[in-house]
Amino acid sequence: MGRGKTAKTGGEAAGRSEAAAGEVRDGVAITGVSGNLGRSLAKLLHGQERLVGIDRRPFRGKPKDLEMHEVDIRRNKAENAFRKGRLKALIHMGIMHDPRMSAEDHHSFNVVGTTRVLDYCVRYGVKKVVVLSSANVYGPSPDNSNFLTEDSPLMASQRFSDVRDLIAVDMYAQSFFYRHPEIETVVLRPVHIVGPHIKNAPSNYLRLPRPWMLLGFDPMIQLIHVEDVCLALAAALTPGVRGVYNVVGPGEVPLSTALRELSHPPVLVPHFLARPLLRQLYAFHIAGFPPPELDHLQWGCTVDGSRFVQDAGFAPRRTLKETLHSVLAE
Amino acid sequence: MPLSERLVSALRGWTLSMEPEVGERLSRLAAAQNEFGVDPFGLNLDFTVAAIAPLVWLYKHYFRVEVEGLDRVPEGRLLLIANHSGQLPFDGAMIGVALFLHTEPPRVVRSMVEKWVPALPFVSTIFARAGQVVGTPENCRRLLAAGETILVFPEGVRGISKLYRDRYQLQEFGHGFMRLALETDTPIVPVAVVGAEEQAPAFFNVKPLADLFRMPAFPITPTILPLPLPAKYHLRFGEPMRFVGRPDDEEEDLERKVKAVKAELQGMIHAGVQARRHAYW
Repeated sequence: MGRGKTAKTGGEAAGRSEAAAGEVRDGVAITGVSGNLGRSLAKLLHGQERLVGIDRRPFRGKPKDLEMHEVDIRRNKAENAFRKGRLKALIHMGIMHDPRMSAEDHHSFNVVGTTRVLDYCVRYGVKKVVVLSSANVYGPSPDNSNFLTEDSPLMASQRFSDVRDLIAVDMYAQSFFYRHPEIETVVLRPVHIVGPHIKNAPSNYLRLPRPWMLLGFDPMIQLIHVEDVCLALAAALTPGVRGVYNVVGPGEVPLSTALRELSHPPVLVPHFLARPLLRQLYAFHIAGFPPPELDHLQWGCTVDGSRFVQDAGFAPRRTLKETLHSVLAE
Repeated sequence: MPLSERLVSALRGWTLSMEPEVGERLSRLAAAQNEFGVDPFGLNLDFTVAAIAPLVWLYKHYFRVEVEGLDRVPEGRLLLIANHSGQLPFDGAMIGVALFLHTEPPRVVRSMVEKWVPALPFVSTIFARAGQVVGTPENCRRLLAAGETILVFPEGVRGISKLYRDRYQLQEFGHGFMRLALETDTPIVPVAVVGAEEQAPAFFNVKPLADLFRMPAFPITPTILPLPLPAKYHLRFGEPMRFVGRPDDEEEDLERKVKAVKAELQGMIHAGVQARRHAYW
């Protein structure tokens, strides 16, 4: 994937508008702004950028200067957000990961939604598109190299069909990158995002008082704090940055060490029992983790984030310990 | 203290009682460890010192390893190319122990393990904490760039599972190591292992059982299971070999260079077999 020449400016300086007072500045649109990550990002950017939020959910405690469009991104009405004022960038993270939702809903919201908002960017001359994907698209596997680079194949759907549409979104963004050289497209693939209010599988897992581990397996894991992801998204707005990037937090740690640090003693389950057992528990709504998530407890899916560090000057601010403990904070 | 931690600390004590200077050597090992005591690949030095205790015992008292030519090992990144034999990879372990105990500065050897190893419970974890890495070219490249020492058995399973009648005959070599050596400009040191063939001479390979257990081979050895007999080990480190060329050269060019390494190693093996007094003492 292509890489641009970049001044090493970092997040804060990202595209600060020089428009004179009184004139309406070019805005930054954020899809999925009402989620935990979206709210953190809005808080980080709202002083510096004119923000336009798009989400079907209401934004509780929204900053006053944020223009909110409470609409499903698949609806025609979502186009209003692009029509009203000039936008210089779109940060697209309106991507749903709810294992209990049907595959059709997932596909429609994620893939159709992405296609539509990226089309608006072409139509309304948005010069920068940042799509939030995930390092999970590579998929955990015993064959993986310890540090997967951006050109590794996206194998996750081979064993876990629910992530198929997340891969579809990632691939669509990549083809968009090639089809529209006039637009700076950035695809970010952060490692497991964790944080105080984050409700995704890795954060929920780390909050369990007695989490499962698979007997005899102890893969290396990578975590990134939600606010460091916001810094990465801001850094992706830096003019000149384009391409696909892994985003890594403060480093790697064995799963067992992470759980010891959190004082959550694991229950060791043999891997051949764990899958059928979790399948039953999940079917009866006793467990919230779909069985294929067990792959993450068995094999590594760790990535190399050095390209983004080099091209966008990104550096996470949280240490590994702070990042780990953030899941417990209220 | 949980059982596993007590075991680790007992084993660490055993290593230190056999080799008191390990503690001091350890402190000089420049592995990039984070606040949790692991490097990015998952190597944990404290764990490694514990895990090698039984191997150090085997090294000193069971295989009674004799080493020759360690002074020829150059500084910096390195590819060790060795013959593979003995059904279970004690040959790799003994090379690792020799370098950990006797080189200056101390080295932790990273071997490139087969891709099915990470699929095994316990083994995968122990190997990773002791610095062993899945043998993908990407991993190898990254470790060499970081100045690490890498052990490769270019024969792979073909070597370790071969029958006793083929002993000390090098099997077909893979070319991957040469491509990486050229790409990263890394010197190659051939290492001849003499003695490992006699630790578990295999008379048959029961293929159906191998398929049943999804193992590369199911050898029938004198101990039934391939537990090692007390063969006497001789490790001989050769002169460093340096090659120039492009990693994407024609296969024939690559093959010629691989053959040069193979011939050198085969010569060292024959000399070693000739020179020893007896296979077991």
